[in-house]
Amino acid sequence: MPVLEAHELVKHYGSVEALRGADFTVNAGEVVALIGDNGAGKSTLVKCLSGVEQPDSGQILFEGAPIRLESPVAARRLGIETVYQDLAVAPELDPAANLFLGREVRRSGLLGKLGMLDKAEMRRRATAEFARLGVTLQRIDVPIGSLSGGQRQSVAVARSVVWASKVVFMDEPTAALGVVQRERVLDVIRRVRDEGMAVVLISHNMPEVLAVADRVEVLRLGRRVARFTAAEATLADLVGAMTGALTQEETR
Amino acid sequence: MTAEEEVVNGGAIEKPTLGARLLGANTFWIGLVLIALCVVFGVLEPTAFLTLFTVQTLLIETAVLLVLSVGMTFVIITGGIDLSVGSVLIFSGMVSAKAMEWVSGGSSTNAGWGVILFGLVVAIVAGTAWGILNGLLIAAAKIPPLIVTLGTLGAALGAASLLNNGSDIRTLPSTMRTTIGYGTSFGYVPNLVIVAVVLTLIGAWLLHTTVFGRHTFAVGSNAEAARRSGIGVTRHLTSIYTLTGALAGVAGFMSLAYFGSTTISAHSTDNLNAIAAVVMGGTSLFGGVGTVLGTVIGVFIPAVLKKGFNIIHVQDFWQMIAVGAVLIAAVWFDQQRRRSRNR
Repeated sequence: MPVLEAHELVKHYGSVEALRGADFTVNAGEVVALIGDNGAGKSTLVKCLSGVEQPDSGQILFEGAPIRLESPVAARRLGIETVYQDLAVAPELDPAANLFLGREVRRSGLLGKLGMLDKAEMRRRATAEFARLGVTLQRIDVPIGSLSGGQRQSVAVARSVVWASKVVFMDEPTAALGVVQRERVLDVIRRVRDEGMAVVLISHNMPEVLAVADRVEVLRLGRRVARFTAAEATLADLVGAMTGALTQEETR
Repeated sequence: MTAEEEVVNGGAIEKPTLGARLLGANTFWIGLVLIALCVVFGVLEPTAFLTLFTVQTLLIETAVLLVLSVGMTFVIITGGIDLSVGSVLIFSGMVSAKAMEWVSGGSSTNAGWGVILFGLVVAIVAGTAWGILNGLLIAAAKIPPLIVTLGTLGAALGAASLLNNGSDIRTLPSTMRTTIGYGTSFGYVPNLVIVAVVLTLIGAWLLHTTVFGRHTFAVGSNAEAARRSGIGVTRHLTSIYTLTGALAGVAGFMSLAYFGSTTISAHSTDNLNAIAAVVMGGTSLFGGVGTVLGTVIGVFIPAVLKKGFNIIHVQDFWQMIAVGAVLIAAVWFDQQRRRSRNR
């Protein structure tokens, strides 16, 4: 069953048409790769579906019902989380603080009402979540900016996955990673899918797409031009659809 | 962890950890500098420097600046700056003095506690109003803090001068002067210092243990990440400038009680002194890093230098040079820390 769908989304930035009637579907318990050449509209589509931008026209359906995503907060309330390409973490805060950013755990009783943080509880839960997701950090009490790029990315991925209940968008989650860290992130993606969540993966890495995705949707010039089952698709199919040599869906 | 991954991470993690230690060391080293200064002056002039009177006056003279600097710490941690605190202090003092005169129907010299408390509330409200204005212009209208507070620096001073045709008010409730201004509690502790300590402790609590403080660091560290995490960045920034304005209002009342005058011309470098204290204390001008403890140390280094130079008969112009050098060194350390981390 589709958990999130987009119908004919249009989005302009000034005179630039980033989306020209884009469709998109993602089902619960699957990994969908969203691919396309630079400027195909992938990032804009994800922004529209995660509440960062509002489409100029078109419809977004969540579990079958039309919705408006006014803000990322509105999307998050529905269980939709996003891992941003530019690593939106606070580099001066430690991994636990980043994991709980905007969702801080307070102490119980009066002290909590006064706004006091329960740092120990957050650190404990963060350690448990990182362990569950296979994120290894040598230290949990150092600023995240002092970690390696891979570890920073792992924390960013973990932060979204921990809080998501329905859909996780990942914009190039493995772009900055080494081989081992990349495998770790792909493992996390599979684990999240097996828990019944929908994962939308944006990637330029075609072998990676074919390795981890269940389905592939291809955008070109702001429209969806093809859909594949990953098991049946070849590298040539994907590249053909991205470049326009192959089109499945009729243009409107 | 596999051996392979240790190789992958091993090299990358060592240096940043060193950088992280430097961060902690910033406050540590500056604290050592303060202790060293006290020891040096204490050894040079033990009979003059290490006296109750010297310590009392040192604490009293720093009390007003400390209150301003606590607010400034929050502002600088968000990556902002507030140049207007000195002018807001004067404005708040002036409005407060005017208000106390008004309710006393003329000179407020013999006014009682009711009038004094009213004056305090007026001072806080006046400071808060400038803080809100700063906050809205910076956070909502997105005008750079340097420009906004440079503007309100002039505006608040001008408004304060207009209220009494450019001259100071020197008739203030004598009760206020003798109790808050230079009274002591527990035999030795100046009341002004107690006020400053209490406000500093509340500031430290707010910054280091609460959600408000955590969000302050987050906004300064990466405002976009904070926004995406659902933190109301505009609202948070506005409340921080408001808080700083309110503290400047309190400081204005303290200054009134201590000097017994609205001291229009005496606070023109308070803003720079507060910024210097905060930055010397290890708070990063780039945002995201800082402690109230560091600020306390940063307030006392110039004060101890000045007092010490006076006692050993060195012209206190040297103090300005020394503080300038320490300030530049502190920022240089901060930049080194960032560079080693972002490598």
